[in-house]
Amino acid sequence: MKRKDILGIKDLTRSEITEILNTAKSMRESLVAGERLPVMHGKNVATLFYENSTRTKNSFELAAKNLGATTTSISVATSSVQKGESLVDTGKTLDALRTDVIILRHPIAGAPRLLADNVKASVVNAGDGFNEHPSQALLDAMTALRHFSSLAGLKIVIVGDILHSRVARSDTHCFTKLGAEVTVCAPYTLLPDGFESLGARVETDLDKALDGANIVMPLRIQRERMLGGYFSSLEEYRAYYGITEKRLRFCAAGAIVMHPAPINREAEIAGDVADGPMSVIEEQVTNGVAVRMAMLQLLTIKG
Amino acid sequence: MILLKNATVVNADGMAQSDVLIDDGIIARVEPNIEEFEAQVIDCEGKLVFPGFIDMHSHFRDPGQTYKEDIITGAAAAAAGGYTAVCCMPNTVPPLDNAALMAYVRARSEAADGAEVYPIGCITRGQKGEELCEYGLMKEAGAIAVSDDGLPVANGSVMLNALKYAKTFGLTVISHSEDKSISGSGVVNAGENATTAGLRAIPAAAESAAIARDVLLAEEADASIHIAHVSTAASVDIIRSAKARGIKVTCETCPHYFAATDDEILSYNTNAKINPPLRSQADVDAIIAGIADGTIDAIATDHAPHHFDEKNREFDYAPFGTVGLETAFSVAYTKLVLTDAVALTDLARLMSYAPAKILGLDGGRIASGARADITVIDPDTELTVDTSAFKSKGKNSLFDGWRLKGKVVKVFVKGEEVYL
Repeated sequence: MKRKDILGIKDLTRSEITEILNTAKSMRESLVAGERLPVMHGKNVATLFYENSTRTKNSFELAAKNLGATTTSISVATSSVQKGESLVDTGKTLDALRTDVIILRHPIAGAPRLLADNVKASVVNAGDGFNEHPSQALLDAMTALRHFSSLAGLKIVIVGDILHSRVARSDTHCFTKLGAEVTVCAPYTLLPDGFESLGARVETDLDKALDGANIVMPLRIQRERMLGGYFSSLEEYRAYYGITEKRLRFCAAGAIVMHPAPINREAEIAGDVADGPMSVIEEQVTNGVAVRMAMLQLLTIKG
Repeated sequence: MILLKNATVVNADGMAQSDVLIDDGIIARVEPNIEEFEAQVIDCEGKLVFPGFIDMHSHFRDPGQTYKEDIITGAAAAAAGGYTAVCCMPNTVPPLDNAALMAYVRARSEAADGAEVYPIGCITRGQKGEELCEYGLMKEAGAIAVSDDGLPVANGSVMLNALKYAKTFGLTVISHSEDKSISGSGVVNAGENATTAGLRAIPAAAESAAIARDVLLAEEADASIHIAHVSTAASVDIIRSAKARGIKVTCETCPHYFAATDDEILSYNTNAKINPPLRSQADVDAIIAGIADGTIDAIATDHAPHHFDEKNREFDYAPFGTVGLETAFSVAYTKLVLTDAVALTDLARLMSYAPAKILGLDGGRIASGARADITVIDPDTELTVDTSAFKSKGKNSLFDGWRLKGKVVKVFVKGEEVYL
C-alpha cells in the first residue's frame, strides 16, 4: 500500500479496499489457527484516544501485538492532553518517541487529517466525529463477504441515527465502492442533508427499506438524542425503527443482521434478533482484529 | 501638490480619462490635461483611479487580543488592500461599548500610518443583549454605527428599542443576523458537504430567519438597518422584498461569499471555517445576482485575523474567520468584473461610494472638493496570494495561493501617500 495514512474509506480506491480485505482474510486464518505473525517486530504502535472506546482500542492493540509490535496507549484522561497539550504537539511527541503508527480516536471530524499533516508517523483513523470509522466499515465488508460471494447488487439497509454516525458514512462509502446498494433508514430528524450524494438511497419507512434486504444493520440509538429533540420516546422509536423478528420477514432469504456494537437490547434491536440465527455480531468482533492487523501490516511493511 | 496624470477615473456614476490634482488633503481638480508645475507628477497611464475603498466590517482585536492584530497593523493591512477607511467591530476584549473606547480607537488611528480607522460601538453593554449602550456619547467620541457583531441581540424587544434609540442619534444599526438557537454548535453550512465531511451543520435559515426578523423590526421602528455579511439566496430574496416594501435596509456581502463555496471545507481547511459559513453554488449565484441588481449595497471584508496556532487545530476548536483586507479588491475584480457580472463603476459603488453613504463618511468619490482618499490600481498585474507578505498579523487567508488579477499600486489617505 502506497499511502502513509488511512483516514477514511472515501479516500480509498476499490483496489485498496480489496487489498486490505484479501490481507485480512489470510490474517484471519492465522488468527483462528493460533499462529503468531511477528512481521511488525520492532515497530511501535500508539493508540491515542480522545473518546472512550474499549472495544476499538483493545481490537487495535491486540492486532498490533499479534503482529509482534510494541504498543503504547495514551488515554486523554491521564496524559499531558489534560494539561492543555494540543493534538499537533502530542503527535510531534509521539514522532520523537519513534512511533510508527498512531491510532487516533477523536470527537471532531477531520482531526486525523490534521494529525497526519503534522507527523511523520502513519495515522489510522479509529473514528472521528461523524465523519468516518474506516476499520469498522472494512470489518463489516469482510463479514459480509464471508456470507455472500460478492457484494455486487446486494441490498444493505442501515437503520437509525444516520446523522450522528460515522459508521453509516464509512459503511456507505465501502459498500457502494464494492458494488452494493445501500439504503439508510431513519426519521428525517436523524437523516443528514443530502445523504444521497454519498451514493445511498434514503427511506423513512422501515418496512419498505427492508423489502428484499440482504444485510440489515441497526445503529445504536442513544437516549441523549431523545433529550436533544431528535425523536420523542424509546417506545415510539422501537415501534417504527426497532429491528424485530417480525420485521425481518420482509428480508431476502439468507439475510444477515450486523451491528457495530455495543448493542442496546430492546432499543434498536430485539434481544432475540441479536442472539438469533441471522445475527453475525460476534463474528464481526473477530473479523475486526483481522482487518486491523491487515491495515497495520500494509501501512508499515512496504514491498 | 500631487498630480495623477492620464488616469482612468472610476466613480460609482461613471468612468473618464482624466488627471487628478491633490492639494492640501483635498481633490482640487478632476479634468483632462491639468498643467501644474509645482506638483509632483505621477503617471497613471493604464491605471485605474478609484475613490479609496471603505471597509464597513473589520476586526482589529484591539484592545485585548493584539497578538492577532492591532489598530496599527490593521490600518497598514487595510491600506495595502487599497482601503482608506475601515470600520472596526466592537467584539474586542473588553468590547467597545463606551465613549472612552471610541476615543481610544480614534487616537490609535491617528497614530497609525494607513487607513483611517473608525469604531463601531456595541448595541448592548458587554454585547450581552440586555442594556443599551450610550449611543449619543459614543457617537460624539467617534462611533459611526452600532453592532453586536458575532453575538446578535437575541431578544426582539431589545433589538426594537436599539433601532429606535440609534435612530434618535442618527446612527445605523449593523446587524449580524443569526438565530443562534438554529445555528447551535454547527461549524459549516448544512448540505451535502457537511454530510460528507461529518461536520456539524448550520442551517441556512439561521441567517435568513434572523434577517427576516430584523428587517421587520426596522420597519416597525422606521429606522435604518444594515445587514452584515449576507451569504444565502433566501437572505438576498428577503432583503430585496424588504427594500420593495420601503424598509430602510442596506446590506453587505464579503468576497468569500461570491468567490468560494463550502467545497473548501472538504479538506478541513480551518481558514474556510467562517461565520456565516461558506455556502452552496446556488447561494453564490444568488449573491452575485444580488450584487448585480443592487440588492446588495456593499462589499465588506469581515477581516477576521487569528493566530496560526489557533487555526492549526481540530476544525471545531479553530475560531471562525478569514482575513480579507489585502485580497478583497483582487478577488472582487477577478470574480465579479473579469467575469462580466458587474462593471468597474459598480465596484466603485460597492467598495467605496455606498459604504460612505451608509455610514455618513466623507469620501466615496473622485470629485473636486472631496477628501483626497484615492486608490490606484494596476488592472493588468497578475498575482499569487502570499500570506507571508501580508501586513496583517493574521495569515489565515482562505485565498492563500489563489491566482488573481488587479493589484493595488498606490494609496493616498487625506492626500498623503501611504507606504505600501
